[in-house]
Amino acid sequence: MKVEFRRNQDFWAGLMFFVIGAAAVLIARDYPFGRLLRMGSGYFPTVLGGILVLFGIYIMVRGLRRNEKVQADWSIRALILLPLVMVLFGVLMDRAGFIPALAVLAFGSAAASSEFKWGEVLLLTAFMTALSVAVFILGLGLPYPLVKGF
Amino acid sequence: MDLFHNLIYGFSVALSFQNALYCFIGCLLGTLIGVLPGIGPLATIAMLLPVTFTLPPVAALIMLAGIYYGAQYGGSTTAILVNLPGETSSVITCVDGYQMARQGRAGAALAIAAIGSFFAGTMCTMIIAMFGPVIAEIAFEFRAPEYFSLMLMGLVAAAVLAQGDMSKSLAMVSLGLLFGVVGTDVSTGVERFSFGITELSDGIGFVVIGVGVFAVGEIISNLGELQERLVQSSKVVHLFPTKEDLKQSIGPIVRGTLLGAFFGVLPGTGPAIASFASYMVEKKVAKDPSQFGHGAIQGVAGPESANNADAQCKFIPMLTLGIPASGTMAMMLGALIIQGITPGPQVMVNNRDLFWGLIASMWVGNLMLLVLNLPLVGLWVSLLKVPYRLLFPAIMVFSSIGIYSVNTSSMELNLAALFGALGFIWMKLGCPAAPMLLGFVLGPMLEENLRRTLLISRGDPSVFITRPISLAFVIATILILLTMAVPAVRKRQRRITG
Repeated sequence: MKVEFRRNQDFWAGLMFFVIGAAAVLIARDYPFGRLLRMGSGYFPTVLGGILVLFGIYIMVRGLRRNEKVQADWSIRALILLPLVMVLFGVLMDRAGFIPALAVLAFGSAAASSEFKWGEVLLLTAFMTALSVAVFILGLGLPYPLVKGF
Repeated sequence: MDLFHNLIYGFSVALSFQNALYCFIGCLLGTLIGVLPGIGPLATIAMLLPVTFTLPPVAALIMLAGIYYGAQYGGSTTAILVNLPGETSSVITCVDGYQMARQGRAGAALAIAAIGSFFAGTMCTMIIAMFGPVIAEIAFEFRAPEYFSLMLMGLVAAAVLAQGDMSKSLAMVSLGLLFGVVGTDVSTGVERFSFGITELSDGIGFVVIGVGVFAVGEIISNLGELQERLVQSSKVVHLFPTKEDLKQSIGPIVRGTLLGAFFGVLPGTGPAIASFASYMVEKKVAKDPSQFGHGAIQGVAGPESANNADAQCKFIPMLTLGIPASGTMAMMLGALIIQGITPGPQVMVNNRDLFWGLIASMWVGNLMLLVLNLPLVGLWVSLLKVPYRLLFPAIMVFSSIGIYSVNTSSMELNLAALFGALGFIWMKLGCPAAPMLLGFVLGPMLEENLRRTLLISRGDPSVFITRPISLAFVIATILILLTMAVPAVRKRQRRITG
């Protein structure tokens, strides 16, 4: 039987559980473990990490036997763009103010769709920015400056 | 009669101007997102959590609950009219509901769905009012060991009964518990897994995980599977069902309500399972099963009552025991905790207005939905014409502003972005995210009760099986695991030999 690793669903899921569990156990070694009577702060996370490692191994091994494929419709563009614009929104909120941050957020989000159309997206950006200013700043009174100097 | 006193008190809370208004807003929003595919109640509640900080607890919970059951109504409207289930719980309604619409009986189908949901909602309000205090009474006897075993049972049951892979679900629960550990340890003051990030010393926020996984992750996934929606609405004429329709529907509505209430209190079973079960039952007991699939009104009445009953009875374990039975309930529990309310049986005593007000508001909300939904059908259907490419940027904008506003912190946005990507990857790897959310919400309480138990028992773990109630939960947990594991083993063996 030929095993293809690259798209083996269970193998990658198991590996993820294994890595997170192992990392938790390693990091938790810095916290006092304690005893069953008086558990230290490291007790619970170490046990959980151990459980995750075991699940990880089981799911990985099962993946090698079952070889179920990950579905092919990956939206790489959205996977990269959407988290990126969220981070960017945070940076701009701290540095540049509400309006520039929103404009980037709305535009960047819309750009994650493969049905991107310039005119429509610019209109949507303007509309979303205006709406958010009206709702959050004027309506709910959030104390964010609209535009900040750098 | 205590029950009536309590209910009347509840209605006096629910019908105050502010609470009635938030109930209305919740129902309206719920119907809206129920109609729109691609955004569910879980993501909406997560998105709105920051807004609810400013509200009093009763109003906040009433609004969030309205969103939750309002979504069930909205989902059925589009299922019947355009063959598009807004929520998974309405998938089965498409089968006969859409056929009815094509035969020109859309009005009757909509009306029956609304009446069935209203009946189920009314019954479940009564069920919660009657059994809630009884369960809470028993739960008052619970001490740390009972709570630990109960939470363990809840988590295992939720993971095992959920659709999908059992071992992955259980692993996701453990992962959620681990996420719950992040932050300052309440008993020792040690900061755990905070990696020097000050925002993490209070733990990962509910809003961060909720919005990240269930709004952003969901959007990324939706953008992957592009599908043009063809909206062809049937005209709604004759809103009122005929006498014959009503006569045929009474049985399915009652049976659906009972089924839904049963599945409702079970952890891990979503409203979709309840509505499927109801459809199967109706098909079995029908005099003429060949009608099913060709516009049988029983196929609409039963499942629609069942999913509403299920949605509402999910509140029983959440309100009386502090145990969420689904991802959405975990979010509600998070909303309670954020409001400074410790979940558990004491809610009924310490927050009497919250408990009875919320229950009464569900009935009020169901009535609002009945009145609101039928005349506005045209509006809801026209909303479907809004393409997803215009909708999801709006969700992104509201989510991001919400996250930022919690602590005026951009670090929380970075974390939410990370959880968004993770949420998508989990979906692709077939790892269900709802069990993770349950683990995350219950994690701190689980650890606390475990520690307290072992401190009191002087480190002897046998208390979990020497105290009778705790033992019952432990046995139930093992039984749940066994009954679900055994068929899985059999299936695998068959696959290998066959």
